[in-house]
Amino acid sequence: MSLEQFSKRDVAPGYIFYNAEERPQSGWEFFKRGFSRAIKGELLVGLKIVLVEMFKRGNTHTVSYPQEKLAIGPRYRAIHKLLRLQESGSDRCIGCGLCEKICISNCIRIETKLDKNSRKEVSQYTINFGRCIFCGYCAEVCPELAIVHSSDYENASEQRAHYGLREDMLTPLDEFKANKQQEFPGFGALSDDADSFVKKTPLAY
Amino acid sequence: MSDILVNIDGVECKAKEGEFVLNIARANDIFIPALCYLSNCSPTLACRLCLVEVDGKRAYSCNAKAKDGMSIITKNEEIEKERKAIMEIYDVNHPLECGVCDQSGECELQNYTMEMEIDSQSHSIADMPRPATDWGKIHYDPSLCIVCERCVTVCKDMIGESALKTVKRGGPELDKEWKEKTPKDAYAMWNKLQKSIIGVASGADTLECTMCGECSSVCPVGALVSSDFQYKANAWELKKIPAANPHSSDCSLIYYDVRHDNVTNSNDKIFRVSNDYSFGPIHGGARYGYDFENVVEGKDEEAFEKVINTIKTKVDTIEFNSFITNEEALILQKLKDKYGYKLVNDDAYAYKKFLDNFASTSGENLYSGDLKSVQKSNFVISVGTAIKTDSPNAGYAFNNALSMNKGAGLYFHPVADPIVDGYSKNLLSLNHKVGAEEAVLYLILDIFGKNLPIETADYLKSFHTTCKQTVGEGEEAKEIEVDENSLFEILGIDDFSEKLPKLLAKKDSFSLIAGEDLYNHSKSKNLAKLLGLIQKYTDFSVVIIPSQTNTLGVSIICDLNKNRGEFTLGYNVKADVTLSALGKGDLDMPALNQQEGTFTSMNKRVVPTNAALPYNGYCLNDIANELGFDAEFTIDYTAELPTRRGFKAVAFDSLPNEFTRAGVENRGYLLSSKIVTCKDEVDEISETKAMNSPLYLANPVQQFSAFTNRAHQLNEAGSLYASSEFLEKRELKSGDMVVVEGSGGVKLTLRVEVDLMISGDIPYLPTFDTKLNAKQFFPNGYRFADVSIKGVK
Repeated sequence: MSLEQFSKRDVAPGYIFYNAEERPQSGWEFFKRGFSRAIKGELLVGLKIVLVEMFKRGNTHTVSYPQEKLAIGPRYRAIHKLLRLQESGSDRCIGCGLCEKICISNCIRIETKLDKNSRKEVSQYTINFGRCIFCGYCAEVCPELAIVHSSDYENASEQRAHYGLREDMLTPLDEFKANKQQEFPGFGALSDDADSFVKKTPLAY
Repeated sequence: MSDILVNIDGVECKAKEGEFVLNIARANDIFIPALCYLSNCSPTLACRLCLVEVDGKRAYSCNAKAKDGMSIITKNEEIEKERKAIMEIYDVNHPLECGVCDQSGECELQNYTMEMEIDSQSHSIADMPRPATDWGKIHYDPSLCIVCERCVTVCKDMIGESALKTVKRGGPELDKEWKEKTPKDAYAMWNKLQKSIIGVASGADTLECTMCGECSSVCPVGALVSSDFQYKANAWELKKIPAANPHSSDCSLIYYDVRHDNVTNSNDKIFRVSNDYSFGPIHGGARYGYDFENVVEGKDEEAFEKVINTIKTKVDTIEFNSFITNEEALILQKLKDKYGYKLVNDDAYAYKKFLDNFASTSGENLYSGDLKSVQKSNFVISVGTAIKTDSPNAGYAFNNALSMNKGAGLYFHPVADPIVDGYSKNLLSLNHKVGAEEAVLYLILDIFGKNLPIETADYLKSFHTTCKQTVGEGEEAKEIEVDENSLFEILGIDDFSEKLPKLLAKKDSFSLIAGEDLYNHSKSKNLAKLLGLIQKYTDFSVVIIPSQTNTLGVSIICDLNKNRGEFTLGYNVKADVTLSALGKGDLDMPALNQQEGTFTSMNKRVVPTNAALPYNGYCLNDIANELGFDAEFTIDYTAELPTRRGFKAVAFDSLPNEFTRAGVENRGYLLSSKIVTCKDEVDEISETKAMNSPLYLANPVQQFSAFTNRAHQLNEAGSLYASSEFLEKRELKSGDMVVVEGSGGVKLTLRVEVDLMISGDIPYLPTFDTKLNAKQFFPNGYRFADVSIKGVK
């Protein structure tokens, strides 16, 4: 086992040092850098495009949001949802923790425990949406299709923590009972021909 | 055993004659799959995966002994077919709950299934209900179990308890048609697998063992797990922090498995302790006693200033115990050198005196043996230690020597111990009179001594008398001369000289384990000298077990005083001003799982331990810095450990902490020993006063100190522990209150509890519970006291 990680006591573990381009030292070097940036004229290019587009006719590409909304494709990755089992209505999540493991921005946290039926129970589940980059890995890795991306892209809120708790993400029971939970066709869902890849195991019953 | 060369897959490997092929391959980084084999244990041949071709013939590498010039092929088409079938069969009816299983990917069944590329199943058999059970701290789920029998093997060959065994499964019989469809070895494996399951050997509902948890450590799947850890965390989230066992002097390699506490708390928490089960078993105290940390909010500047002022103005003595690191011991010694404080540590003082006296006859300042040498020997003697609880790892080495090397042993101790008795048929348990250890050591010298000094030899001769005895009956009666040794009478045990030749047959390497009872014995000086003679004049390599974690280190680093001064500063010891990692002192200190540093283990090795948890308060180094020293970290002192006393000037960060693939303990460095002048002077056996009702000072299994008792899995209230015999005789029940009355009028009323792991008539009082002042009965530190015990109505 490598012990190097324990010898860096001045920084947090896993810190990476970045050697940036050197800052100009003298006034002359500052001037040189400013001058060379100024004469490139990149600013004018941008201004020209904007002006041309502004005066074109019949050139409107926007919709009148919020009265009018665009349809979202099934592969769009908006805020997460936790689904319930179709049969029993209980949580689909088995608490395997793969989403937490695969999350590249390290924003998922899951807490599990032994419940009274000696099964694994998810006692807490949070996503820090301040850090989530909506990459979709969690939905893709989930073996139970328990965590999926919804199409709710409107997530402005006065609290950063909104949407981030299990209660916020889990399909509400009334909605579930009204049969409104939809099977997720998007990221991480099984393909239409998934059945054809399954090899059957013989059973001695 | 000579060095030989064997050829494994075209690689020339050096090995010892008779070594197992699998071990040679592992040591040389050659992969042979195996599920059931454990290093240092006997091969079980349950999995048959380690099938190889030795000189063109099939053999199992786990029990194939190497011969010079052997050529081994680990893989060919036929072998691979066989292995694939075996893995397929292991997967039959294995529940697909990998997502929630506690093994969480560290699963050998999963690994080998992937390795052998099993992507379909062609075997099947009806399953049967296999309900999970809780065996105390260990949870067993038979449906996950692949009956590799590693748990059974390690419990028998390493731990020495045989608490587990395979029992009948009672499932459906394997259909005969599979015999033709399945390769030979795979069929044989399946046939056996289908018949058995793991169960408690005694047939009880729960495990009544020392709960070392080694079985859960060796389990390749998630069948045996710690009940406390169950479903709490996944293996991949846990960061392994290499450390050394902080509770006892084996200082075994342990890993603290650390993760953030929970969703709302990002602070680190230790979830479990794991170990390298191939080479370093650990005991229950180390495995379950991990969360003894001292949590403080931040630096308590007021308390710190107050303590510094007291140290500067009043303190003239520093009292401490040996649950500290070498670096802290050095800081204390430096404080002594600079300011002249008296350093008091009763435990290390007694041990140091003992080692000094030992050196005065043996000629070396350190003992010659270590646990490895015990493990390798085939005749082991233990004297003066309740080995099962004092130093379980020494017990494991003892048992391993008996079971793996066809060894024999003698266990001398006044307290009878059924667990130790169970190590082997060839172990003679000798429960001698309390205080008769001198006679034990003389007896060892008498039996094993070679070219003893004349005076000692003459003295030993004086115990022998020859008498005539009639053997046989009637006409066949014969009169023979029998040698009688009165040492047996002094010891109060039966003469075992008749059994001795059988025990000693074919024995060539000898180890002696000496323990804590001797250090504070009224004749400890003479005992140490006798031990020195044993090391010098017999084939025994001697191990003198340090009584607390770092007793050896402290006794070498610090110049200790016997008497206290006027005003004492206690470090983890209650005194006028107390610095404590137990959390009830004037200033909080970090516990040993919050500190980095080194320990000196009983293997005479300086081993590093890393901090598993952060500590926000002040540590001893801050106090030293305030008193005029300058070191950024405590571990800056590692390189300053005194080289003239055997340490090396090595920086902490360059100390390794691991076992190599070949099982070499590559941890820290070895202390070097010194040659000293010696004389062969020893005293004769002195009379010991017989005790009417002796009481022993010891801890129950898994407990070692107040620190182990802080851990949530081990926390319990101390009682008087007695055997069921003892209770029956006095008409007491487990749970009754008793009054213990010692000499000088000391009295203690407490609960008595039955301990099924001892027998005989000597109960013991523990030290782990700080609420019971057990030491008051043992004023000189000697572990036996004469008391009266009465039940309270």
